[in-house]
Amino acid sequence: MKTLVVYLMAMPDTPALAQAAVEAGADMVELGFPFSDPLADGPVIRRAGERALAAGMRTARCLEVLAETRALVDVPLIAMTYASIFDAYGWERLTSDAQAAGATSFIVVDLPADVRPELRRVQLVAPTSTEERLRLAASSTDGWLYLVTVTGTTGARADLAPSLAPLAKRARAVTDVPLYAGFGISTADHARAAAELVDGIAVGSRAVEAAESGGAAELASLVGSLRSGLDAA
Amino acid sequence: MAEPHVREFGVYGGRYVPETLIPALDELESAWATLRDDEAFHAELHGLRTNYAGRPTPLTRVERFAPDQRIYLKREDLMHTGSHKLNNALGQSLIAQRLGKRRIIAETGAGQHGVATATVCARFGLECIVYMGSEDIRRQAPNVERMKLLGAEVRPVDFGTRTLKEATSEAIRDWIANVETTYYLIGSCVGPAPYPEIVRELQRVIGREAREQFLAAEARLPEAVVACVGGGSNAIGMFYDFVPDTDVRLIGVEAAGAASLGSGRPGVLHGARSSLLADEDGQIIDAHSISAGLDYPGVGPEHAQLRDSGRAEYVACTDDEAVAAFHRLCKTEGIVPALESSHALARALDCGAELVAVCLSGRGDKDLAEVLAYAPGSPGS
Repeated sequence: MKTLVVYLMAMPDTPALAQAAVEAGADMVELGFPFSDPLADGPVIRRAGERALAAGMRTARCLEVLAETRALVDVPLIAMTYASIFDAYGWERLTSDAQAAGATSFIVVDLPADVRPELRRVQLVAPTSTEERLRLAASSTDGWLYLVTVTGTTGARADLAPSLAPLAKRARAVTDVPLYAGFGISTADHARAAAELVDGIAVGSRAVEAAESGGAAELASLVGSLRSGLDAA
Repeated sequence: MAEPHVREFGVYGGRYVPETLIPALDELESAWATLRDDEAFHAELHGLRTNYAGRPTPLTRVERFAPDQRIYLKREDLMHTGSHKLNNALGQSLIAQRLGKRRIIAETGAGQHGVATATVCARFGLECIVYMGSEDIRRQAPNVERMKLLGAEVRPVDFGTRTLKEATSEAIRDWIANVETTYYLIGSCVGPAPYPEIVRELQRVIGREAREQFLAAEARLPEAVVACVGGGSNAIGMFYDFVPDTDVRLIGVEAAGAASLGSGRPGVLHGARSSLLADEDGQIIDAHSISAGLDYPGVGPEHAQLRDSGRAEYVACTDDEAVAAFHRLCKTEGIVPALESSHALARALDCGAELVAVCLSGRGDKDLAEVLAYAPGSPGS
């Protein structure tokens, strides 16, 4: 059974969206805390972040949304954000407050594995990562390793990146932790193809788009489709 | 260059970037570790500075501008391309070539760094893409045309602030997507390590020359050294060789609406921890300045360290004051300064020191339309 991770930007209606995603087959939810200057994100998540900030989704409010989401779903919940948010709130304080609100782990997109190792988090590796970096990330990651499929920012692509297969092979050679692939995965076909290579997938931009254009119903439909793609592998 | 390479400047600096970029930063760090002490590299750079860029630049006494003081201007405006930015672009283009990277990307605010980058790319036959906010494209149109003439592609950034902050973010996103073929030629002493150190070392020539020239002119050191600070590259270059001269005041002048050091707080932006215009949640606040080159909510991490240690002081200058200093230098000395440098000129006049060296970081041809259209009392005034 492969794992399906769904990313949602923290908004007032996110708890209900997360619940719909889980009921449709998501195994894990990443909750984005918006940042004004999201370097790793393409246009879809960047714009979602701009809307979230315009709607007042500052850190304290994101923590409330996290707690409200926790009340509705019992899957792992990962708070995903940028270093500036932690730095302003306090690294230890945000870690403990998010855990108290129900976060099971963290992803800090612009925090390489060798920086602040004391913050236990899901580490990311990329096609450009060296063997040494793969080992470092794998040895410090929290539960699973996030494989960035592309050399690029977040956002849907037409095809599954050819760089995923060699990255998955290199990561598998150095670690036994589960490998989940993200960035550019948006369709059931991508999910099926990725499932041949890794233990799970993370879908962000497409999920954010679906939630924005058609709410819980369209998000559930997307998640169901990704689920069947994964399970067909 | 005796100082060992460091990634942090006290509690500032570091490498806050997605993992995708780490191997490229490692590669750059390793190349830089070799090149910073490499005689052939420095000989090549020296040759370009002398025979292409026009260094050393003069130190000019401005008696009519400041009749009650002995103010000298370090004339970076007279260098090829019209600003100090070429010091950095020349050096980094040599690094890029040593790394075998033929595609160069850059961000630009006022367009001076974009022009400098486009210039070195033309000189060495490199592909050049410059990211520029659409608001800056509007207010610095002559530089946009210059970049295009030099063969660069100017990519407008049409979201967020539409200024240097967003242009920098887009350049970094391009770098993330094309890191294997592309060299990011960052324009200021900002960004992830080792960029702040590389840019400082390449701009140090300003202060090294100015210090010697001032000693030759006055047989003593200045009481104060003044430079404008946006990201802070001309200031760090001007200040650095004066840092051990503890009797010399180092005065950085920020735009009043973009005072990352004067009214900022610690935060992380564009790959480094520094003092930023940010709110209590770590969200970056929009800066404002009439001068596109200072219109940036961040600053180089080494300036934040120099502020905290008390070695340098950072003061503000309003749009009105900068425009007044601009006009004054034009009328009294026949020198048209960049609006950025005009901030330093304004504070040099009232810093309380008699013997002053000011970095005139660039010339103001690019600013004529903005100055002529300026109405006192605008947001940053």
